[in-house]
Amino acid sequence: MSNPQIEIQLIAAIVAMACAIPGVFLVLRKMALISDAISHSILPGIVIGFFVTQDLNSPLLILLAALTGVITVVMVEFIQKTGLVKEDTAIGLVFPVLFSIGVILIAKNANDVHLDVDAVLLGELAFAPFDRLMVGGADWGPKSLWVMGSILFITVSLLVLFFKELKVTTFDAGLSSVLGISPVVMHYGLMSISSITVVGAFDAVGAILVVALMIAPAATAYLLTEDLKKMIWLSLLFGVFSAISGYWVANFLDASISGSIATTLGIIFLVVYLFAPKKGLISVLYRQKQQRIEVSLITFLLHLNRHEEESERHINHLQEHINWQAVRARTVLDLAVKNNLVKIEDDIVFLTEKGLAFTEKSLEYILSNKDEKIEPMKEDFFLFRG
Amino acid sequence: MDTQKLAVQIDDLTVAYNYKPVLWDIDLSVPEGVLMAIVGPNGAGKSTLIKTILGIIKPIAGTVSIYGKTYSKQRKLVAYVPQKGSVDWDFPTTALDVVMMGTYGNLGWIKRPGQKEKKIALESMEKVGMLAYKNRQISQLSGGQQQRVFLARALAQDASIYFMDEPFQGVDATTEIAIINILKELRKAGKTVVVVHHDLQTVPEYFDWVTFLNVKKIATGPVKEIFNDDNLTKTYGINYKVAVNK
Repeated sequence: MSNPQIEIQLIAAIVAMACAIPGVFLVLRKMALISDAISHSILPGIVIGFFVTQDLNSPLLILLAALTGVITVVMVEFIQKTGLVKEDTAIGLVFPVLFSIGVILIAKNANDVHLDVDAVLLGELAFAPFDRLMVGGADWGPKSLWVMGSILFITVSLLVLFFKELKVTTFDAGLSSVLGISPVVMHYGLMSISSITVVGAFDAVGAILVVALMIAPAATAYLLTEDLKKMIWLSLLFGVFSAISGYWVANFLDASISGSIATTLGIIFLVVYLFAPKKGLISVLYRQKQQRIEVSLITFLLHLNRHEEESERHINHLQEHINWQAVRARTVLDLAVKNNLVKIEDDIVFLTEKGLAFTEKSLEYILSNKDEKIEPMKEDFFLFRG
Repeated sequence: MDTQKLAVQIDDLTVAYNYKPVLWDIDLSVPEGVLMAIVGPNGAGKSTLIKTILGIIKPIAGTVSIYGKTYSKQRKLVAYVPQKGSVDWDFPTTALDVVMMGTYGNLGWIKRPGQKEKKIALESMEKVGMLAYKNRQISQLSGGQQQRVFLARALAQDASIYFMDEPFQGVDATTEIAIINILKELRKAGKTVVVVHHDLQTVPEYFDWVTFLNVKKIATGPVKEIFNDDNLTKTYGINYKVAVNK
């Protein structure tokens, strides 16, 4: 690997981490769309900042542009508060206007400004190593590495300091306010950090793809864990993994780096969405099918429990009593026999002792709806795991 | 009642959403140590009243004081149980962690909960019979269990006044009895408990104090004296016959 190659991957990985952290909280607060709005509406801020500073990596430009992001949020909330339009409509109204102002500003000044819409939208990671930080004639590495490194450092510090506050305001804003932990302060804090991150990252990955880096890792992690800290760690992991593998995909295909990174993120999400152990699509479908079979099994056992007469307990009679279009009667019978719940003598089905105990327990649960009645049954049956 | 200390005092309180009054000129005193129900029809402003007392909603007129001072100075004296539906129960955290949140108020900003806070949270969970579920992810809890977790969180706040927004909503009979027993114990310990309540039949059995509310305050006082068909009719606007006064 050449030096620029290492630098590009390092920048990509740091951008991914800086985006993943605010992304987790945006996803949990159901504000994913806001990150999209911010990423567009910072454009006029970037353009004006560029006129003033003539440097895309200047901290002043980043602050000016981030301010536009926060203004977007304020405008959206203002429109929404009037009660005349809903939040999604308000978002859809605000950011295209701000974005268009940016586009017009660029077009009017395109001749003498090194800044075009494509670069803002898609970014160009491959050029990042060319813009170097020179101090006293010495080369300190790519500027964007320093910019994003600083943003990541600030984000991580704030996360560590305010983890408790972020958690409680995200989960229960009403309680936080009563506890004296202002949800408004945390909200605007998060919006400011998200805006700063988006501005810092747009140069490398583009204002559009930065949304993928914020939302996809968090959404993927959400499917895999039920612990906030683990969710943050997993988001960081997915972000960095996609950044580096995306780089090599781009290298191999000779395509856009940011495009490859975002595509990798999408593929990882898809895989997790399908195969996640608990919340994945396949696992959910499998569980639903198991539950259908188990409901039929209990129906069947209750039927046996209630009827003494042999005609009702004949093996051929079974189909009439189980909705066998949804579940094959055979499957249910096999399951019952396998679990030692019934025995078959001369084609007549009998409840075993275990089957009887099981049926009575289920009945008790159905009648009382008390969870503790079925705690031990949760091991064997999906149905009771809720 | 006059000799008793006032836990909450509200004067001339008016609250409006977009200039439409939801609460109109409310005067209300809650004596220390009562277990009070706030009753009234949907849209009467019951939740709004609690949220305004707690400073979550700003009134357009009037004052609220908790033991004689403004809310922001008395924060640590107050615990709050919001409506169960007001939070996302798919949030990635455990029951114990939610109960620990009750201790955040005394911790203040930045400081992290430690062993002391964990101990408080575990004790609170034991009181509501949820200790066995402490590591359960909150989405895996039943509605009644979620409500108990919220109650445990309020207990962890270790307050003098407890405000609860419909704690009996969507819970089974066992949980309801468990909750009311805890509320009665709080009262015995000298705490004041204010509950937004829907089931009129249980008011005389559960509470000793009641406030009738329908945008304006209709009546407030001891259940024995004022919980009658006359006030119910005034509040609900229909000829109410609960026949609970004996």
